[in-house]
Amino acid sequence: MATRSLVVVGNGMAPGRALERLFEAAPDAFKVTIFNAEPRVNYDRIMLSPVLAGEKGFEDIVIHDDAWYAERGVTLHKGRKVVAIDRAAKTVTAEDGTTAAYDELIIATGSQPFMLPVPGQTLPGVVAYRDLDDVEAMLAAARKGGKAVVIGGGLLGLEAAAGLKAQGMDVVVLHLMPHLMERQLDQAAGYLLERAIAARGITVHCKANTHELLGVDRVTGVRLDDGTIYEADIVVMAVGVRPNADLARKAGLDVNRGVLVDDRMRTSDPSIFALGECVEHRGAVYGLVAPLYEMAKVVAAQLTGDASAAYRGSVTATKLKVTGCDLYSAGDFADGPGREEIVLRDPAAGVYKRLVLKDDVIIGAVLYGDTADGPWFFDMIRQKTDVSAMRQTLIFGQSYQGGASLDPMAAVAALPDEAEICGCNGVCKGTISSIITAKGLTGLEEVRAHTKASASCGSCTGLVEQVIRLALGDAYNPAAVQPMCGCTELGHDDVRRLIRAKSLKSIPAVMQELGWKTSCGCAKCRPALNYYLVCDWPGEYEDDNQSRFVNERVHANIQKDGTFSVVPRMWGGLTSAKELRAIADVVDKFAIPTVKVTGGQRIDLLGVQKQDLPAVWADLNAAGMISGAAYAKGLRTVKTCVGSDWCRFGTQDSTGLGVKLEKFMWGSWTPAKLKMGVSGCPRNCAEATCKDIGVICVDSGYEIHFGGAAGLDIKGTEVLGHARSEAEAIEIIAALTQLYREEGRYLERIYKWAKRVGAPHIRAAVVDDREKRRSLFERFVVSQKTAQVDPWAERVAGKDAHEFKPLESIRFIQAAE
Amino acid sequence: MNTIVTGWLEVAAVEDIPVRGSRVLRSPAGDIALFRAADGVVFALYDKCPHGGGPLSQGIVHGHSVTCPLHNWVICLKSGEAQGADRGCTPNVPVRVENGRVLVRAASLVGQAA
Repeated sequence: MATRSLVVVGNGMAPGRALERLFEAAPDAFKVTIFNAEPRVNYDRIMLSPVLAGEKGFEDIVIHDDAWYAERGVTLHKGRKVVAIDRAAKTVTAEDGTTAAYDELIIATGSQPFMLPVPGQTLPGVVAYRDLDDVEAMLAAARKGGKAVVIGGGLLGLEAAAGLKAQGMDVVVLHLMPHLMERQLDQAAGYLLERAIAARGITVHCKANTHELLGVDRVTGVRLDDGTIYEADIVVMAVGVRPNADLARKAGLDVNRGVLVDDRMRTSDPSIFALGECVEHRGAVYGLVAPLYEMAKVVAAQLTGDASAAYRGSVTATKLKVTGCDLYSAGDFADGPGREEIVLRDPAAGVYKRLVLKDDVIIGAVLYGDTADGPWFFDMIRQKTDVSAMRQTLIFGQSYQGGASLDPMAAVAALPDEAEICGCNGVCKGTISSIITAKGLTGLEEVRAHTKASASCGSCTGLVEQVIRLALGDAYNPAAVQPMCGCTELGHDDVRRLIRAKSLKSIPAVMQELGWKTSCGCAKCRPALNYYLVCDWPGEYEDDNQSRFVNERVHANIQKDGTFSVVPRMWGGLTSAKELRAIADVVDKFAIPTVKVTGGQRIDLLGVQKQDLPAVWADLNAAGMISGAAYAKGLRTVKTCVGSDWCRFGTQDSTGLGVKLEKFMWGSWTPAKLKMGVSGCPRNCAEATCKDIGVICVDSGYEIHFGGAAGLDIKGTEVLGHARSEAEAIEIIAALTQLYREEGRYLERIYKWAKRVGAPHIRAAVVDDREKRRSLFERFVVSQKTAQVDPWAERVAGKDAHEFKPLESIRFIQAAE
Repeated sequence: MNTIVTGWLEVAAVEDIPVRGSRVLRSPAGDIALFRAADGVVFALYDKCPHGGGPLSQGIVHGHSVTCPLHNWVICLKSGEAQGADRGCTPNVPVRVENGRVLVRAASLVGQAA
């Protein structure tokens, strides 16, 4: 059992990694207590930009969830900020009075964003870009649309600007210096970057000295020294961070810019470690994750008794995480005595490369436009490789050296085992290769799970795959993601994510932005894209008729002889003498050869000529009937039994609920067809337990089922949850349908989707989490506002008339030759 | 529309055919599907898939191909040949466009000999 107490102040990525290492090496050595000022678990801060851009959600970037802490017996105090350390008594005290005693203490208080000391800096609507609260504030502002001003044109500022732009805001970047990212780029490269940023529709204003922030109750704009005013609904300050060293300073520890530590990561008090962004080591303060992870490794080793473990400083590399702007910088690239530089420019290709050398060793590299050689240069910086022999061609990259081929595999094969592959998680090539052999791994996901390589920002995924292929040879099958079709390498999920993240709102836009290999797609991808766009941009996207399968284009079902079948809606399976009479008249009038009752409790008119369709619909419309959508990847039928109105066993009004569901949900498009059933008691006469969504009425309310199948596959439903009222049942069913609409792949029935994502995920979203359910329900309602238009009535009124009319017939022709 | 112009018959205006779509021309030789690809090129094929006789005019047009609505065979609009692993051919109909009008070879409309 643990006898010693370890207290950690701060719960960011650095202490998180230190604890991981500690628990791996010595699971029972310490009883751990964590104080976190933020009210949440440890998450991946590097991934805030993708969250802001809408490419990921918070749950995707959690590193340690509550269960992780529970399994390791860690006491995690969320939302409790430590205000004092009593070094004599060896205790820490939080704001709310919570105290904890320690044998060893880790200070990991991180850094805090620097806020410009100008008037108005405390107004609501002025945020930093540091934690999830900031991102949420930005997302909330973006939902209302409007204007955003980002102060600071460095890495973070540009990522924030790109994210806000992707969320649909008008964005201005204000930068004090004459060009963007002046710490990494010279003027020419800064210009290339500025051009690329401007091409995304973001305004860049350099040499912008912020004078004041305007507004009374809330920020409304920014005024510059030169008098220029930019309106703003939100202002993001991204002008740098400074170490959070106040707690250490108050405790009497040695502090300069940050908390001073030695190579063992110990502060001036030997019982107290410090690590992360709050630390100053050999005069350097770090804000990137790779050095923090190196520090974490040393702290964990020291705690488990390895007194020789030492941190000797880091060379850092960084990458701009803005899609479409490739920028990589590593090491030290400032001017200085004895330094030389090599620069390559290709303005037409938008490429800029700069290497800084000292004594025949590369000490810094900046690559813009073509960053493929980044890791190679970075490796030489870290190895202090003597480059005098290849100086002449160095800037052209690895493929020009020693006749090595352009094959990326060869480049990866040539890397030494110590070469870093994943910068975010500090994983080198040798670690990946050896774990593949040791554990018999066969794929990317497994490698990610075991090493975390490419598990954070993912930009090294290609490299990791090449290392896997080197280790496994042909046994490695990288096609983990099935492409949508031959027109693209992307899978359905990636296409869908990018449609939302990049606000792509037409099929040509998707094909252009995502690099489709064909000029106008194929019969597989076009209907899928059309569905994704209909679903994701309700009311905005204009349906592309030519990308729909014939049945959905002409709102009837094509038969083997080219005629069509027509199925009017019968709500919940109910009909009337008036409707039946109208159907009979239509059958006579158009000489319809076959009339059949369907399995979904309605009537199918088979063998209708295409040109007769509008006239048939006009007569059915006149009797009050609309399209039954028997052809749609959308809501089809809601089958019911007679329920408590008639049946002696009925517990609830199953027919009434079926009718309500059908009237509420008709017209909605879904990834594949959606059939429902409502049974009035567990005898289940409506066969609800083999439907996509089913309801079994019971005395206490409504049991909601989903994921049944009775076609190619036969499968009983699973119980999703229990609703006490009709209204609750309808809300759960609509939320379930919306989740399926948003996550299902085109042509994937509910049961297959459920198998892929797992029932617990679905249950959590539509049953357990009331808020999530409510927002899913509301999105469904919004979508229905524009979806519930009877396609038959539209066509009776003349829409798509060409679709139903043949060109003039040619009857009497003599061959002219 | 019975005028015969040097063996070619004017049957429609190009705009009558939706882009990435098709219209049907009824003729003594059977239905003929006129297609207009995304790049504006007009094609004509007998409206029968070589597989199960499905109406190609009802399929999705992509590039210079159409996918049959019955069983997803992909047919080349120019040659009428089935693509990929499938084997079969639908006779094509000589077609040309002049001043925005679509003309087909009259001989194609009376029999299968094109």
